[in-house]
Amino acid sequence: INSLFLFFFLQIFAFLALMCLILAIGNGIWEYDKGYYFQVYLPWAEGVNSASYSGFLMFWSYVIILNTVVPISLYVSVEIIRLGNSFYIDWDRKMYYPLNDTPAQARTTTLNEELGQIKYIFSDKTGTLTQNIMCFNKCSINGKSYGDVYDLSGQRIEINEKTEKVDFSYNPLADPKFAFYDHSLVEAVKLNDVPTHRFFRLLSLCHTVMPEEKKEGNLVYQAQSPDEGALVTAARNFGFVFRARTPETITVVEMGETKIYKLLAILDFNNVRKRMSVIVRSPEGDLTLYCKGADTILYELLHSSCDSLKEETTEHLNEFAGEGLRTLVVAYKNLDEDYFQDWIRRHHEASTALEGREDKLSELYEEIEKDLMLLGATAIEDKLQDGVPQTIETLAKANIKIWVLTGDKQETAMNIGYSCNLLYDDMDDVFIIEGSTSDDVLNELRNARKKMKPDSFLDSDENNIQFEKASKNNKILPDEQANGVYGLVITGHSLAYALEGNLELELVRTACMCKVVICCRVTPLQKAQVVELVKKYKKAVTLAIGDGANDVSMIKTAHIGVGISGQEGMQAVLSSDFSFAQFRYLQRLLLVHGRWSYIRMCKFLKYFFYKNFAFTLVHFWYGFFSGFSAQTVYDEWFITLYNLVYTSLPVLGMSLFDQDVDDRWSILFPQLYVPGQQNLYFNKMVFVTCMLQGIYSSLILFFIPYGAMYNTMRSDGKAIADYQSFALMAQTCLLIVVSVQIGLDTSYWTVVNQFFIWGSLSVYFAITFTMYSDGMYLIFTASFPFIGTARNTLSQPNVWLAIFLSITLCVLPVVGFRFLKAQLKPTPSEKVRSLVKSA
Amino acid sequence: QIDYTGTDPSSPCNKCLNVSWDSTPPCTCTINFTLEHSFESNVFMYYGLSNFYQNHRRYVKSRDDSQLNGDNSSLLNPSKECEPYRTNEDKPIAPCGAIANSMFNDTLELYRIDNDTRIPITLIKKGIAWWTDKNVKFRNPTGDGNNLTALFQGTTKPVNWPKPVYMLDSEPDNNGFINEDFIVWMRTAALPTFRKLYRLIERKDNLQPTLQAGKYSLEIAYNYPVHSFDGRKRMILSTISWMGGKNPFLGIAYITVGSICFFLGVVLLIIHHKYGNRNTSADIPN
Repeated sequence: INSLFLFFFLQIFAFLALMCLILAIGNGIWEYDKGYYFQVYLPWAEGVNSASYSGFLMFWSYVIILNTVVPISLYVSVEIIRLGNSFYIDWDRKMYYPLNDTPAQARTTTLNEELGQIKYIFSDKTGTLTQNIMCFNKCSINGKSYGDVYDLSGQRIEINEKTEKVDFSYNPLADPKFAFYDHSLVEAVKLNDVPTHRFFRLLSLCHTVMPEEKKEGNLVYQAQSPDEGALVTAARNFGFVFRARTPETITVVEMGETKIYKLLAILDFNNVRKRMSVIVRSPEGDLTLYCKGADTILYELLHSSCDSLKEETTEHLNEFAGEGLRTLVVAYKNLDEDYFQDWIRRHHEASTALEGREDKLSELYEEIEKDLMLLGATAIEDKLQDGVPQTIETLAKANIKIWVLTGDKQETAMNIGYSCNLLYDDMDDVFIIEGSTSDDVLNELRNARKKMKPDSFLDSDENNIQFEKASKNNKILPDEQANGVYGLVITGHSLAYALEGNLELELVRTACMCKVVICCRVTPLQKAQVVELVKKYKKAVTLAIGDGANDVSMIKTAHIGVGISGQEGMQAVLSSDFSFAQFRYLQRLLLVHGRWSYIRMCKFLKYFFYKNFAFTLVHFWYGFFSGFSAQTVYDEWFITLYNLVYTSLPVLGMSLFDQDVDDRWSILFPQLYVPGQQNLYFNKMVFVTCMLQGIYSSLILFFIPYGAMYNTMRSDGKAIADYQSFALMAQTCLLIVVSVQIGLDTSYWTVVNQFFIWGSLSVYFAITFTMYSDGMYLIFTASFPFIGTARNTLSQPNVWLAIFLSITLCVLPVVGFRFLKAQLKPTPSEKVRSLVKSA
Repeated sequence: QIDYTGTDPSSPCNKCLNVSWDSTPPCTCTINFTLEHSFESNVFMYYGLSNFYQNHRRYVKSRDDSQLNGDNSSLLNPSKECEPYRTNEDKPIAPCGAIANSMFNDTLELYRIDNDTRIPITLIKKGIAWWTDKNVKFRNPTGDGNNLTALFQGTTKPVNWPKPVYMLDSEPDNNGFINEDFIVWMRTAALPTFRKLYRLIERKDNLQPTLQAGKYSLEIAYNYPVHSFDGRKRMILSTISWMGGKNPFLGIAYITVGSICFFLGVVLLIIHHKYGNRNTSADIPN
């Protein structure tokens, strides 16, 4: 809406200038035609010697008088409304997460109404859709997969509450919360299977976890990433308890036997390497490098001797990923003493080097991390958050497109997609873009688009025509409708090509036709690029939601950033606009708070423009009857107080409390969200409509008092057609009409609304009678010349008849039109309302 | 309602058309007219002016309320708003300003012609202004004694006036600023065509109507020039109902709006019956 403000203000200024121009010309003609002769009684002002000069002066006089069409106080009121709506978000108990005491938080107050217009959601996966609480679920050690439970006949059985957990009682240091169901793994550990031991030893050594042992035997691990914590905890339960760490040593209790390993080097993790290694010397004196990392990376570093093992492990890995698990591959390498001494010396040199330290170090790392021996793979389960599938379903019904951007493997990502209802079997197709050259990607994208909308390649397609015409930069793509429900999965590799140059457009067109897009293996930078892409080509409000540091760029790029305050620290929250603890609160934020804020803001703007138009244009009509002399219709005090006192609170009350249907129905009918996306409630059409309504009202407000007063008298024969009575009558009409109008606009009445509206009216009468009283006149003679007008005029029956008539006439078309519209072409919200009533 | 401007050459007032403010003796003219119906209740006599912009912004503000409220300092030093009718020959004008300066000063007298004898009709000149105006808003300056001539000493009359403000009337409670003709004039009209209460004709007894049908003559001391700006002057005799002066506008408007409402109501009712039920079955699109 903000972008529209400027447009409206320009329009209003143009309108103001036009009105002033008309009146100035009118004044010129009048002064020439009549004023010149009327100088007998009213000489021209000093310095005015021609009608045209008088007209010129009058232009500026009218600018001053009519400037009330420009709603200057609008900004203040808008800020108050936004602030109020932000507080609603902060106070919402249904968005409060009691488990870690996190309320929802609106960190900016300026974006509330845009929450009601979201078209695209970009979501992180880990920690956003999922809990980011990892548990070690499965593993593959030396070609054997552990973790599944089989019954006697060899059938795999589902793990549920009743399934017997593995008994870790042999290990006094085990974490009681850890659950594992496959007994064969424990058997293998107990049987001193060498690879199994090595596997868990690796897990207990190769990490950056800090242990905390406040009481004997009560270990708590502080892990930077939840994955590591899960792995170390697993190792601990299987009897390889990581106990303590010093800069040079790591203490591990291996099957009840304390061992101290010398930590010689840590080859730390980063996003490029996607692996970490440690080099330790065991108490027996062996030098070993332990490495864990992403499968794609590690597989290239393996020794050729473990090719067959690699195949088996790959099979297991695919199986794990297919179940939505996060996988890591672990490997080791025994080092030669001499070589290592040489390496550590070079390593020392490199790490103290002044120039290119990073490069030198990574070169050294590369050198030593090769010819690794494959040990196996781990699979960690990241459970979905509560209510995620339902939330996604609801949001999809609200016509919001959801893009998931994740760093995970394609299989993992797709599996999560299925498990949280993003992808489902009823979809017409799910396209997978995984080309590794830009031509491949282009072809894949085109094929997808061909299937979704075959005629989008024809020259006659309007979009194609539009592209031809549109200038090179700043193209806005219109929404295209696909012939079904489609999903798109694109890998980071292909995404890199697609984001380059001329493929951008192809990607946006194809991807935006799909209901769901999943990008896997993307880097934080790519996340931001994808958001940027949609922002660039689509006229839509985007929202990015994420929890970790890798989502920060995406959150900052999108129009609205939402941070999940979860397991991965506060970085995402700090750079976000809104934050809460659970993904499922997103539907409440958008469908309830966002929608309400949007509706309220629209109603507010509509009413505000209307009330200022109705107020100001009466002066315009009066100009034609007062010699275009910039005479105001109302008392000066009324003009001063109108926006400030008489009409400010009712409209604030409406725009703080109004709602078309309550929160339960809002979520029950996500379709109500759609008008917001299309910005149906406040656009140029609506603006023109409320302008016309204002003009109509001002006509009524001028001509009804005019007709009622023309050549008439009070019931005691005394004057009533005087200027002051006319002013009072017009302003009373106006105030009652705008009060009735706000009553019509309000669809949700609270005590506060009633109080504000009735209060404003009574304040008006109180102030009017006070200002027009004898006392005020005697004290400030020059300031309150309207003495006695209120008493003398408002006691007349025909004044009240005229007031009632103007109210009827102003309200009649509005009521009639709304009734007709509700009957013939009801909006979704009206339908739901009638449903609510009948329910 | 009689137009006595005299633009029509046949009008008896045509000779006075180009009268000026200070012509002495005043140009007088007489217009005869016939009342078709008698007026039963109290009759109000108005003068009406057309094309007279009493609502012009510069005109409306060209007054000094403090001065009119009897403030002595404002009396001698009127507000700047009164320019160019603030001072005359270095003396402050009382009352100052364009409104006061242009005060209507025709004198109207009404006679009933009964068998060629002219019976004057008593015109009451008090009780024509708002009570608040007469008693609160307008007050004479205060000082020693009640001699208005002394109280207004040091001021001069408005340029157009033939005599100063303290000689508007012989009765002390209708003289100076609290002269009711003056007060009525000072309550500026909202529209360029307006009428102002001039005199009251009270019903004397219950047997006779206030003004019986018959011939009347209106004698005008024509002092107020309006021809130069194409203005019109009228004299109106009227009675009053509970709703105030006769004005068919509200009646017609109410009838019209009422019919529109009725018609609209019927149409909407039909539409509601036809389409209303369709929408209650929640066919909310997904």
